[in-house]
Amino acid sequence: MTSTVDTPADASRSTPPSGLLAVAQAPGWVRYALLAVGLAIAAWLPNGLYPAVAVDILCWALFAVAVDLLLGFTGLMSFGHAAFWGTSAYVTGLVAIHVGLPFPLAVLAGALAAAVLAVPIGYLAVKRTGIYFAMVTLAFAQMVYYVANEWRSVTQGENGLQGVPRELFGVDLTDDYFFYYAILPIVLLGLAAAWRIVHSPFGRVLVGIRDNPARARALGYPVHRYKLTAFVLSGFIAGLGGGLFAVGHRFVSLDVLHWTTSGKAVIVVVLGGIGTLWGGVLGAGIVVRLEDWLSFSGFEAIGLVTGGIFVLVVVLFRRGIWGSVAALAHRLAARRR
Amino acid sequence: MTGFAQNTFNGLVSGAFYALLALGLAVIFGMLRVVNFAHGAFYMLGAFGAYVLLTEAGVPFWAALVIMPVGLGLLGMALERAVIHRLTKLDPLYNFLLTFGLTLILQDLVKLRYGVQSSPYATPSLLSGSVDFGLFDFPTYRVFILGFTVLLCVAVWWALTRTRIGMVVRAATERPDLTRAFGIDVGRWVTPVFGFGIGLAGLAGVLAAPMRAVNPLMGADLIIVVFAVVVIGGLGSIFGSVAAGFGIGLVQAWGESYLSNFPIVSQTIVFIVMAGVLLWRPAGLFGREEAPA
Repeated sequence: MTSTVDTPADASRSTPPSGLLAVAQAPGWVRYALLAVGLAIAAWLPNGLYPAVAVDILCWALFAVAVDLLLGFTGLMSFGHAAFWGTSAYVTGLVAIHVGLPFPLAVLAGALAAAVLAVPIGYLAVKRTGIYFAMVTLAFAQMVYYVANEWRSVTQGENGLQGVPRELFGVDLTDDYFFYYAILPIVLLGLAAAWRIVHSPFGRVLVGIRDNPARARALGYPVHRYKLTAFVLSGFIAGLGGGLFAVGHRFVSLDVLHWTTSGKAVIVVVLGGIGTLWGGVLGAGIVVRLEDWLSFSGFEAIGLVTGGIFVLVVVLFRRGIWGSVAALAHRLAARRR
Repeated sequence: MTGFAQNTFNGLVSGAFYALLALGLAVIFGMLRVVNFAHGAFYMLGAFGAYVLLTEAGVPFWAALVIMPVGLGLLGMALERAVIHRLTKLDPLYNFLLTFGLTLILQDLVKLRYGVQSSPYATPSLLSGSVDFGLFDFPTYRVFILGFTVLLCVAVWWALTRTRIGMVVRAATERPDLTRAFGIDVGRWVTPVFGFGIGLAGLAGVLAAPMRAVNPLMGADLIIVVFAVVVIGGLGSIFGSVAAGFGIGLVQAWGESYLSNFPIVSQTIVFIVMAGVLLWRPAGLFGREEAPA
């Protein structure tokens, strides 16, 4: 693979800088206003949608941000993130059922398990880049899927884990509406962590590796170790989402580990805008809402629609929604100057 | 010992499918730098097409064996012209994503029309029964698949090394810039090569129809194993893809029979081998190291 080809992030990076930078360079009041709008939407969400759908959107937002951390900021497209989302879902479910811990601790255990799994997979996967990285992560995720399928004494095979409790120190959270507000702080914490990672010196190095790995190496950065660290952090955040998803559904099925789940996570990010972080949150909202609407309308072929969106976005609309809006804002600001 | 021969034979037969699919992926990748996620979906279309031709038009297996690869190859060429072509200047990941989206669409289109149940496809009468090799006898149809695939791989090998088109394909695979500098119009060969690769996938599908359950998802899990195969063989290497295809078929068949007490290991042995290869030779057994990234 020659270095003349664009990295995926180029779609958002080529004239003007990435959506994220456009927002970061916006005046302070714009950023605070956007943050306030985002928080207001998050606070209002379960009043406007089915609370169960709102819960799914929060979980998928974490998943998307985790994938974008790698795809948009490290230049690595993981096509196997279901391994971390699903492993955490299973571990969270098992811990909640058998140990009876309150759900935030069970989710933490799940996310830690996902991060631990991300170490060997990431170690092997970062030996390859680009398209090979995608294939290797996909293959290892499939391996995890087979393990879950065969290890029936633990995972219950195709029956799935039933009756994952929603326990929080005796408070009843079976109502999705209240459960949404119980997990919102955890999700916001996860999103803030991702934002912090991207804006830290560590995150800057990741972007440097994405843009020019040879230069980063020449500057003395251990490129593989940085990529691996990013991979493990991403696995942890994806795991947070997967654990919450398991508690939210009170049920874990093999679907959480299937490759279509990995693919859906990438769709969400590409639709929202690669390398924009918040685009993934937006994409999660749109895709989850759309799928819910489709399944309620009795339409069987959801893949037809999501696949179609994917093709259209990749062919016509590579910046994604957030990336396009940010680029537009940047252009308007530049004209005013 | 007969058990061993049986396992080895079955391993080579499933390896033949991996080899056909990996070969198609490899030539497409070589020429276009596209990893075609939809390869599994085209394999499925090949099998489904054979089934539909037989049940709805009475077209026999032998005709389907020609019609489906050619038809799907043409469809692939149209697809290359219509969309894949637009993304050539971008990162290969975009085409990976595009073909992933196409996979979802193709699967669901078939699912909408025919449901998710498996459909039976009768073995052609000429190939039913079994062949006696003295010590062992093997099902005729499987012997046919193995012989046919090996012949096909040899033919492709011959075409790549002995014909002008083959030389262009190989040269363009190695150094597209230099090939262009010699005044060879590489772009002219891109579309037919894509069609050829898709045609191979369709052919594998038709071959699979009498042997495996024909259903909309039959290509989905297979393609991921094939991805592991090409990572093991080295995606840049056409020979590596074919050799790894047969090799993985063998390893899988042996694993399934001799490690049947450890289903977790026997089911994931392909990926365990892949992990080992990545540790030992990250570029694949027959691949060359990429320029340091």
